[in-house]
Formats: sequence, structure tokens, C-alpha cells
Amino acid sequence: MTAVLSVDGLETSFPVGSRRVAVVDGVSFQVAAGEVLALVGESGCGKSVTALSTLRLIPKPGHIDRGTISLNGRNLLELSVGDMRRVRGREAAMIFQEPMTSLNPVQTVGSQVAEAIRLHERTSAGDARRRSIELFDRVRIPDPDVRFDSFPHEMSGGLKQRVMIAMALALHPKLLIADEPTTALDVTIQAQILELLRELQREFDTAILLITHDLGVVNELADRIAVMYAGRIVEEGTREEILTHARHPYTRGLLRSIPSLARRGQRLEEIAGVVPPPRDWPAGCRFCTRCSEVLPRCESELPDARNFSSTHSARCFAIPESAS
Amino acid sequence: MEGYIFSNLVALALVVSAGFALATARRSDLWREAGRTIARRRPIALGVVLLFIAIGLLDSVAWVDGAKDGASGGTLSETQPRTVVDRFFPADFKERSYSAPLADAEFYGGASLRYPGSHLLGTDILGRDVLHLTLKGVRIALLIGGLTSLIVIPLALVFGISAGYFGGRSDDVIFFIMSTLNSIPSLLLLIALVMVLGRGPVQVCFAMGVTSWVGFCRVVRGETLKLRELDYVQAARALGVSNARILVRHILPNVTHLVVITFVLLFSGLVLSEAILSYLGIGIDGSWGQMIDQARDELSRDPIVWWNLLAASGALFCLILAVNFVGDAVRDVLDPRTVREDV
Amino acid sequence: MFAYIVRRSAYGAVVVMGVLAILFALFFLYASPQEIALRAVGEKAPQEVIDQWIENHGYNRPLDELLVDHYRRMLTFDFGRSDADDTPIIDRLREGAGPSLSLTLPLFVLGLVLGIGLSLFVAYFRGTYIDTAGVVLAVLGMSVSVLLYIIGGQFLIGKLLRWFPISGFDPSPDLILRFLALPILIATAEGLGGSLRFYRTVFIEETSRDYVRTARAKGCGDGRIMARHVLRNAMIPILTRVVVAIPFLFTGSLLLESFFGIPGLGSLMVDAIQGNDFATLRVMVFIGSLLFIFAQIATDVSYTLVDPRVRLE
Repeated sequence: MTAVLSVDGLETSFPVGSRRVAVVDGVSFQVAAGEVLALVGESGCGKSVTALSTLRLIPKPGHIDRGTISLNGRNLLELSVGDMRRVRGREAAMIFQEPMTSLNPVQTVGSQVAEAIRLHERTSAGDARRRSIELFDRVRIPDPDVRFDSFPHEMSGGLKQRVMIAMALALHPKLLIADEPTTALDVTIQAQILELLRELQREFDTAILLITHDLGVVNELADRIAVMYAGRIVEEGTREEILTHARHPYTRGLLRSIPSLARRGQRLEEIAGVVPPPRDWPAGCRFCTRCSEVLPRCESELPDARNFSSTHSARCFAIPESAS
Repeated sequence: MEGYIFSNLVALALVVSAGFALATARRSDLWREAGRTIARRRPIALGVVLLFIAIGLLDSVAWVDGAKDGASGGTLSETQPRTVVDRFFPADFKERSYSAPLADAEFYGGASLRYPGSHLLGTDILGRDVLHLTLKGVRIALLIGGLTSLIVIPLALVFGISAGYFGGRSDDVIFFIMSTLNSIPSLLLLIALVMVLGRGPVQVCFAMGVTSWVGFCRVVRGETLKLRELDYVQAARALGVSNARILVRHILPNVTHLVVITFVLLFSGLVLSEAILSYLGIGIDGSWGQMIDQARDELSRDPIVWWNLLAASGALFCLILAVNFVGDAVRDVLDPRTVREDV
Repeated sequence: MFAYIVRRSAYGAVVVMGVLAILFALFFLYASPQEIALRAVGEKAPQEVIDQWIENHGYNRPLDELLVDHYRRMLTFDFGRSDADDTPIIDRLREGAGPSLSLTLPLFVLGLVLGIGLSLFVAYFRGTYIDTAGVVLAVLGMSVSVLLYIIGGQFLIGKLLRWFPISGFDPSPDLILRFLALPILIATAEGLGGSLRFYRTVFIEETSRDYVRTARAKGCGDGRIMARHVLRNAMIPILTRVVVAIPFLFTGSLLLESFFGIPGLGSLMVDAIQGNDFATLRVMVFIGSLLFIFAQIATDVSYTLVDPRVRLE
């Protein structure tokens, strides 16, 4: 499989006080066509910044300092502003966490989808409208031709997220970045949206970069998983490898903190503490402040990635040698 | 009671209450941190504001030197109360007419001066020292902002909080009063009020208070509406805590930051409005606005008299600029809506 | 929609009644006829003259009669005569409206266009030196008194540079612009600081919203985002601010007109203040409020056109 998206050594920094702190610090990953890569971690670990960096949507004063982001072999960081604009929406699209606020409140939802089409293709308003209504139908919005003229505040969160998906998929992009697409929605709606995403992804053979903190969503959708902690990827592998053979103490902590029927009645475990703010990140392994298996060298040295299979790797000193 | 004794007492009361407020604020992390941030971001502007306040306070403390009965044959200057600021200048620091800054002779005619070379900013048409007048204007400017705020803030707090908290009929009535007052263009209302109430510092401040409390009241009402719905206030109500106690313990402390923001932002507007009133002949005596108004014809004299205008408008500009800069910082620090999201 | 306009107008009518009540309280209850007469004829006038004046101007009637009369005459635009020189006030209003409008209308348009244009420019460069310079200049500009703008502008442009006449007014088409240029220039410069700062805040707040990110993610360029998405959403705060200025189009600018000798409604107001002409003052405040109330209704109605979220309740 060739990678649609290949991110290498990405570093994005924000000013904290008087200095700049790399909130995303040397992140690398690939997503192949038709594949779903889930980027998992707690809030504040840099997942969303990674996602936004990929399309160069980092708000000022954030800045991408280093790395390459190649989409279909082209390094996006070298494109002109105009070329980058032509990539967004056409080759790579994005859906966001907050369907409530992500749509322009004073324009009809239909016109916003039609705009996405007309930004990239010379086509008549009537044709854009017709195609938008088809898309609404495709993402299963009821009464699509009526809903075309609705305003965002007249729709539920689930419907708005369907509009966002329709907008993102309007031009059949090769890559879809979904930043917490279901977090703000009710559980039943979540399942429908996930189902829809999977269906569309199979149909168009889209590569999806899924950003989430919800391992349930990961289990539903992901082919491979990359676990992020404090600006770095600490473990990466296929869904099976991560969910059942996790190596990194952080990943295992995350997995232990999901309630499951099998462990009913037991006390739910949690990882003590929260992700420290970027200015307090330790020099070595960044998880060392919360890790239960911390070694002396963890605080000063950065562990290299160790491979456990061709697809599975983790960055940790505490994993016994015999394991690999 | 003599006017100057009253003024001394007010100055004392202000210093004491400011000290008390500072001591209270220091005990809260939020306020201490806010104060530090402002001092770090706008050190110069804050310094200028404090300097103006110091001058204003020093100009409010006065005493009489000589015996008041006049039996000792005291001159006028010995029987008049003079403030600390006045005492920086000779008691009878006057010329007969205009003299340019640091001049040795009168500006027109060239008669010799009584204090040659010592009027740093020259003298005005009546021969008064312009630097002295400008410094005395500080107190008037602070009075305009301070006294008016003393009218605006309680008015807005009482009406805003009761409208927001109790809702219903009282909200309707207060809202109607607000929209009625708000429907009269503020400069016109201000002029009408001053015309009817008559001239004088208290009347002018009262009029400015009446015309400017509505905006703040609306903000307080909105904030109270929000606070009332918060869980802990609802919980307090459910537990049967009295309204008075909820208002004092939960609502009032949570609108204090709005009071501070409004006070600082209101201040410069008030001082500038007074300048307009001065031009219309209904301002406060001794204000910078009045000095500017009196100076406006001097530019058409030949040769022109510029120092009056420059001194008054320079002082006005410095104060307003400093207050505006501090005000921006205060709003950025205290207003949660403008807080930038962290990554 | 129609029902909404009717309902909103009805509330406006109630507010007009409230304004008239405030005026009555100020000019008839608080200020006694004796006081008004004293100010009009002079402190030292003999009592007979004062009494005569009070009778001539109808202030000697009982309060309830005055109240009814006050409402009836204001609402029918029967404004009576000036307390100072006995001319019918309505004539003075008619004469003054033209000059006032010829000053305020271009001022309003120019101020709006420059204010919004410049702040869009500054907001586009947010976080850069252009932005910082814009903000600092705006605060500097806001900190200068209007009086200084006018005096300084007259002195610099009118007297030293001699570009335009210092003051005066002539309604003939080829001269009017020469006389109005200086006040318009000065007042535009004076207002720019405040509007730049206000509109910049509005635009920056609007550009940091989520829907702007969505628009960028689908490939919208910055110019299109500003024009199609941000401007429309920013219309609500802009409308609110613009409407506040509308009554002044008619009542004129007190300071400008009086400094530049423009015989408009602002001058009329200044004359009324200086001549203790309470009758004219009352009428001016009423007219100003009436226009303001109309403008507020118009804004509320236009909100419903701009923002689909505003419900007509």
C-alpha cells in the first residue's frame, strides 16, 4: 500500500510566555488509501494541533517549525498559499468536533456545501445545488431538498455533523481528517455517524486520519492506532496489536480506564494526574511524571522506538527485553 | 464646615478606603495576579495614572497658615487655605497678563515681570501661572471621573442586579426605565440635565452619572441573569439561603470585575465629555476643558499664544492615554471573554 | 414579520411617552417657571417683568394643564415659540435641517467606509506590526479631546496651510464643499480612532470563530472569507454601532457647527444653551429622542434580516 498521507518529523510550536514550546514534537506517521489511522490520546496531548498542522490550519501565533507533510507525494509545507488553498477541500478535507459552531450561522447549510464545490470546480449554481442535495441524500439527511435551505440553528447536532461530512466529501478527497467527529454528539447519534463514515470511506476508498480520545470510537473504525502523549507518538500498531497487546505503560493505562462488561464490579482504574501543560514537559520520556514503571533514566533520556512487529512499535525503557 | 476641611476629610477617606480595598484584593489570588499582570504589561501608563492620582490627592489637602481673625495683619495668602500643590509655588505667583514660558517680560507690551524667567509654562490672560493651573486641573479631572463613578456604579449595581436576579415585574420596570433613558441621545440629555440642574461640579457629575449608568446597568443585568442560573446559586436557593445573602455572597463578588473594567473604561469618556460641556459654557470651573476653551481664540492672536492650549490639552491627553492603556490591560486581564484559549 | 414590526413600534411609542415624562419632570417640575423666567430675562429684572414673561410663555397654568399641553403639543409637532426670541421653533428646525444634513451625511458615510475598511485591513494583519501600530494609533487618536482636534485642525489646515476657509457656510453648490471640507476632514479623523478599535475587535473576534476554520478547511481564500463569511456575521455589532450615530445626522454636531459657523440644528442647540432657551432645548431633546427611537426600531428589524437566528418574538 502506498501512503496517501505521510507525515515526517512534524514540529509545531506555540509561544508560551517568552519562549516557544513545541506542542507537537517530532511526530511521524503514514495513512494509506482506504485505511483509517486513529490518533489517540488525552486532551492536551497535541492531537488536534497535529490534525490542523496537516492542512496548515494552525492559527497564529502557532507555527510549523520542522518536518514534511506529503500528500500524494507532494510536500504541503512547500506549497504556495494559493496552491495550499486548492488542496484543502479538494484533495484533503476536514471535519471538526463542534458541529454546533463549525457552520456559518447566517448562511443556509446548503449554500455552504455548494460553496465547497464551487470553490474548486467551475460549475453553475444550479448544478452545485443539485449535487449538494445529492450529497445530503447520500449522508442520509431526510428531506434533502428542504434541508438545503435550512440554517444551522434549525438543525440538530447530528444533522449538522452530516452536513459537515457532506461538505468534506463533496469533491471525493483522498484524505479525510476527522477531529473528534462524534465527541459532541449523543451516543445513539455517534453510532450512526461512525457507521456513515465507515460506509463512505469504503465507497470512496478514502484515507482517514481520525483524531479521538474515545477508544470505543477507535474500536469501531480504526485499522491502525497511534497513541500520542504530550506532543509525541509513544506507541503505534494495528488495532489488534494496540487493543490487545499494548506495550507502553501509557497505552495500557488508557485501556484499563475503559469500563468493560468483563470486569464488572471491579474498581475502574485511571492514570493518576493529567497531561502537564507544554511548558512543564520533562526532558526525557514525557510520561515519566505519571508512569507507574518509571526508571531513573526515563527522566533524562528519550527512549527510541522499539519494534515488536513490522507494524507495532513503542517508545519505552521499561518494556522487558524478552518482549521483543 | 470650611470647604477645605471637607476636602481634606474626603482625601483622607479616599486614601483609607483605597488602602482597605488593596488589602482585601491582595488576599485574593485572582486580584493579586491581575494586578501583577497589569503592572508588568503597562508599567509606564500605570505609573502616569498613579502620578496623576498623587497630584490630585496632594491638591486636595489644604490648610491655612496665618491667623484667621486677621488681627495679626495677615495678607490674603495667609488667610486663604492653600493645598500642598499650591505651596510648590510662591503665594502670589501672578503677572498682569500673558507672558511666554520662562520669559523675562510680558508677551504683549514687554513690561517687566514680577517673577522673570520662573513661569515654566507661561501665564494666561489674567497673568496666572499656567503650570499651576494645569496641575490644579488634575484634581478636577479625577473628581469628574471619581464622583461620577460614585453615582454610576451603585445605581447600576442596584438596578442591574435586582432586574437580573428578581426578574418579573421589577425587571420590566427597570428595563423600561433603561430603554427610555437610552432613547435620549446622551449628549442632549446631558445638556438638558446640566441646564436644568444648574452649573457646578456636583451637578455636572450627577448629570453625567445619569446619562452613563444605563450601559453598565445592562451589563450587570446580563451577568446577573447568567449567574442566577449557575448551579451553585441554584443550590443555595434550594437550600433556602436568603436572597440577601445570595446577592451579597454569590452575585456581588462575581460582578466586581465588571465594576473595575467599567470604571476604568468610563473614566476617559467622562473627562472628555466634560471638555465638551466646558466648550458649551456649562462645564466645571478650573477643568482642562475650560482651559482649552479659553485658549481657543489665542491661536488667532498675533503673535500666537500657544502655551495655554498646549499645557491643558497635553495634560488631558497624557491622563486619558494612560487611563486608556491601563483600561485595555484591565479588560484583557479581568474579562473572561477576552481570555485567549490555551493550546 | 409585520406583526413583529407593529409590536416593536408599539413598545417604541410607550418609550416616547416615557421620554416625554422625563422631559416634563425636568423642564416643568424640577425647573420652576420662576427660575426659567429669571434666566431668560436676567437675574435683576423686576418681579412684574418676570410675571409678565411667565404669563406670555404660558408657564403660569396649573401643572395638570401644562402636562396635557406638553404631551399634546410635542406629539402634534406644535412646538410653539422660542423662549429667547419668540420665533416659531418649527421654522428654526426647518432652516437648520439642511445645513446639518449636508455636514453630517458625508461625515457619516466617510467615517463608516474608512472605519470598516481600515479595520478590515488591520484585522487581516493581526499579530503583526501593522496591527500593533494600528491599535496604538487608534488609542492615541481616542485620547485627544475633540476640542483639540477642531482647534488644532482649524489652526493647522485653515490658518497655516490655508487649504480651506476656517469657518463659514454657503449653501450654493459650488461653494458648499469648500466650507464643509475642513469640518468633515477633522471630524473624520477624530472619529477614526474609536471606530478602528471597535471594528477591529469585532472582526478579530469573528475571524477566530469555528466556522471560519471550516471555511478555510474547504479551501476558501482569506479575501473571500472576510467578504462572504466574516463581514456578514459582523453586521450585528456594526449595525448596533451605526444606528447610535443616525440621530446625529439630523440633530447635527453641536461642536462642529458652532466652531465652523454652520447654521444647522447643532448651532440652534448651542444658541439655546447660551440663551437659556428652555423651549427650544426641550424640543431638540424630544426630536433627537424620537429619531433615536425610530433608529432603534429600524435596527431591530434589520437584525431579523441579517441574522436568521433572531426570532420574531
